[in-house]
Order: sequence, then structure tokens, then C-alpha cells
Amino acid sequence: MKAWKVGNNIDTDLIIAARYLNDASDENMRAHCMQDVIPDYANTIAPGDVLVAGKNFGCGSSREHAPIAIKVAGTSCVIAESFARIFYRNAINIGLRIIESPEAAQAIDQGDELDIDYDNGVIKNLTKNETYTFEKFPDFIQHLVAAGNLLNYVKEKENK
Amino acid sequence: MGMTMTQKIIAAHAGLPEVHAGQLVTAKVDMVLSNDITGPVAIREMHKAGLNSVFDKNKIAMVPDHFSPAKDIKSAEQCKAIRDFAKEHEITHYYEVGKMGVEHCLLPEQGVVGAGQLIIGADSHTCTYGAVGAFSTGMGSTDIAAAMVSGETWLKVPEAIKVVVTGAPSNKYVSGKDVILKLIGMIGVDGALYKSLEFVGDGLAHISMDGRLTIANMAIECGAKNGIFPVDDICQAYLKDRFEGEMHIYEADADAEYVQSITIDLATLEPQVAFPHLPSNTHAIGDIDKIAIDQVVIGSCTNGRIEDMRVAGEILKGKKVAPYLRLIVIPGTQDVYEQCMKEGITQTILDAGGVVSTPTCGPCLGGYMGILAKGERALSTTNRNFIGRMGDPESEIYLCNPAVAAASAITGYITNPEEV
Repeated sequence: MKAWKVGNNIDTDLIIAARYLNDASDENMRAHCMQDVIPDYANTIAPGDVLVAGKNFGCGSSREHAPIAIKVAGTSCVIAESFARIFYRNAINIGLRIIESPEAAQAIDQGDELDIDYDNGVIKNLTKNETYTFEKFPDFIQHLVAAGNLLNYVKEKENK
Repeated sequence: MGMTMTQKIIAAHAGLPEVHAGQLVTAKVDMVLSNDITGPVAIREMHKAGLNSVFDKNKIAMVPDHFSPAKDIKSAEQCKAIRDFAKEHEITHYYEVGKMGVEHCLLPEQGVVGAGQLIIGADSHTCTYGAVGAFSTGMGSTDIAAAMVSGETWLKVPEAIKVVVTGAPSNKYVSGKDVILKLIGMIGVDGALYKSLEFVGDGLAHISMDGRLTIANMAIECGAKNGIFPVDDICQAYLKDRFEGEMHIYEADADAEYVQSITIDLATLEPQVAFPHLPSNTHAIGDIDKIAIDQVVIGSCTNGRIEDMRVAGEILKGKKVAPYLRLIVIPGTQDVYEQCMKEGITQTILDAGGVVSTPTCGPCLGGYMGILAKGERALSTTNRNFIGRMGDPESEIYLCNPAVAAASAITGYITNPEEV
């Protein structure tokens, strides 16, 4: 999987502009995802590629459309130096993998080939022959992720 | 170890005697908010999971305000989705066009939110209600769907930054907007990431409720989880005869822990302007060269309240909007709209050559009612000046308070209100 490098403070309007939020369909999200940063993003990246960002990725609006757009465009994971907090929650809730790792986000360059081992918290940079480790989610979040998404988790709790 | 005001509210709603920063808790919610953009996604996710019940029809607010009155067919469908849901579940706090306002202007004004509550909303500016002494924060649609069903949400207890506001303004045009723009300029757009901003200090006596709502509203623009104010006399006077719930007043312990303390002195503060493309790119009005503008917007959940309209009206009285400039004024709620008419503010704006719109988020997020063409420049009292936020990706947005906005509408360039 290839890395697509973007800068600091990539806000939710850059991820999916509000002018497209009158239609929450996957097709519409896919069509306009990241368009002012990487034109025709969904067709430019290969399915499974990784977004690598600087600080405060996903700042701005609470729109869940942002992680959804990144996910349905075929991105397998977002690695960033840091995430804005609402984006961070939303990504977990809708099942988009995210990794907060300043080390990896700084070391990885545009086009680097990556291999990510989520179970052991290791990112391999095949281009640079480097590895970076990351902290796995706390137990609480792992339960939520294991349930598939937040609502399945709520449903399981309601049914108990 | 003592607790901050935010931590006390979270502890009370988690049923715990105390909580500490970093702790994950499950907390009961007093109000769950969504709008015509985020509500339909929440409803879709609920239905996808086979869920279709709400925990309490009195503790859910749904406000069609973003693309409402509906700007096109797709927006109409989104408004209809929350209207149908509100009808089906007999949601008490659903506001139809005609009663609707910009959600974060509307809910405090209508007394739906108040001191001591724990409020979550599928809108990032839900943090506005910290002004009335509530813990309130923005989340996504799935979180809101889960809370609408269960009445609970999970939270990580935040660390806190103390913001000490001191002194009295020496510039009559300094307002809440300038306090928050100054703060964001000092700490950056991620300066308070995951943290709460706790506002204290003798300067708060000089900041009205409308000003505090503006400050809390933009806490998210420096990454904060929430921004909160003490429930002092000014706040209690506002909530009295308005807030429909029971007021619970929490105060920070004397030994509460803060990771940082920042002081803002009102006496030396000047009106602030945030340059493109981040709210942290702030400059004092006195340090700005002549910057020509094409459009001025006065309104939004940040500055759509009656005081904002009054200061704009005062400056525009007897003046004319500059040639080829569009002045768009959007009172935040029906009550604000009506008050503008009663006080003659509407007439003043019309006489000046501006337009007055029905309440809507409209242009703030590039929805409609004032979209920018390529190369155009807006000065706006809204909260975000991100690339493409109000229209073409090659347009520009400058953020300011309503006085600067009104003064600049007259001259056609960014102007110190003391000079018109």
C-alpha cells in the first residue's frame, strides 16, 4: 500500500466540502473526497492506500461524512501526527482505521510503500526499510471496534 | 486532587464521586442535538443497526438550519428525514421553519440548555453551551444516534487549560469575538486539542451572555473539547425565567489541576481579524493594511444574536454600503429577527443597502445565500475561514466581530470601526 502525504490542519471542508453535504450517499462522498487537496482522489489512489498527514488532521466540523468519504474512497488507514478529536471519534465509530504516530507521520514520504500490522502495532516502511511502532487502542475502544461499530455495541448492550 | 468545572459535571453524569483527566467514562446525557446535515446520517445509522427508539423524546433536539429553508431537492429530502423522525417519535424540541433558528443561537435563547447539563450534539459548535455553565461538546452522527437510543455516551475526561480574562475593555468595539480570536491566535488551531477551556477572571464581568456564547462557540477552533464559564450573576440572570430545566451550579475546586494558564487582558485588547485560511491567523485591527472586500456576512451561530445585530445597526445607521459590495445580515433566530424589526435595525440595514435573511447557517459553510466566486474576498462574523469554506476554493475569508464587519461594509475594505 502506497502513502499519500498531506500537510498540517487538513480540515473537514478539505476532506469533504459542505457544499456536497446535501447528499450523504457513498457515491457522492467518493466523488468529492479530498478534491481540493488531491484532485480525483478516489480514482487516483489504489484501493488500500494510506493517507499520511501532519498535525490536527480532520479539524473543523463534526461531519461524519469526512471519515466516511475517506473510507469509501478506498483508503485503508490514516496515519497522522495528531487528529482533531471529533474526527478521531468518528473514524473509530464508522470503522476507519487511524494511527496517531508523529514518528511515522514525519518519516514517511509521498509514495513510500507501507505494510501495517494492526495486531502488533507496527508500520513497516518497505521503501525506506524502517519500522515504526504505534500504541494500540485501549480495551474500551477495542470492544467497540470488535462489535463492528458503535451502534452494534449499543445494541449488544441493550439486549443484555 | 481537585476537579475542574468540566470534570465535576462529567463525574455527576457518570455517577462517580470523582473523575480524573484521561479516565474513560460512560455518562448520561441531558440533551442530544442534531441538524439537517447530521441528523439524517444518525437516523440512517440507527435504522441500519435495526434500532428505532429514543430514550427520551424531551431530551432530543433537532433543528433544520444548515440548508434550510431547503436550498434544493436533496436538502429538502434531508430536512424531511428529520421532520419525519421528529413526527414519528414526537420529539419535543423539533423546530420547523418559522420557529427554527441557527441551532446554537436558538437552544440557549429558548431555555432548552442550561447550567450543569451534559449536552452532546452532531455539530462541532455544540461547545457553545459552555457559556451557560453546561458541559457540551460536538460529536459525529453515529455517536448521536447511539445517545438518542441509549441516553448515554462515552467520554474521555479532558485535561484543562485555564483562560484568565482580566481588566475592562478600553475599546468600545471589543467583544467576545475578539477574546476568542486572540486566544486562538495565541495557542493555534490545535492549541487546546482534547482539552477543556475553563474561562475565569474579573474580566468576565464585562462580557455579556451573547459575548460568552460567541467565545464558547469557537472553543472548537483551537481543538478544544469544550469551553466553559462560571455560572455567575450574569449567567443566572440570563437563565432565570428562561431555562426550562433545573439549574445545577458547579464550581472548580481550588486545587483543580490545569495544564496551562493563559491570561487575556481586555484593557489592551483590540478588535481582531483572522486572515485566510485558519482562524489562528489573527491580526489586531490597528496592524492591518487596506484589504478590499467583496462581501460582508453578519450572522451565524457565532455572531447572530441581538447584541451583534445592535452593534451592526448602530454603525450602519445613516450610512451606505460601498458600491459593488454585498452586505448580508442573518439574524440567528426568529426572536432575534423580530427584535431587529422592533428596534429599527432591519430598516437601518435596508436603508444602508444591505439584505436581511431569514435565519439559516447558509453562507457560513458555503451552503447558499451568499456563495463566493473565484478570487472573491469576504469579511465575515462566522467561525471558519478554511479554504473553500464559503464557496470557490480560490476565494478568501477574513473573520471578525460585527462592528468591524459593519464598518468595513461601508468603506469596502477592512476597517477599524472607530474610523467610520
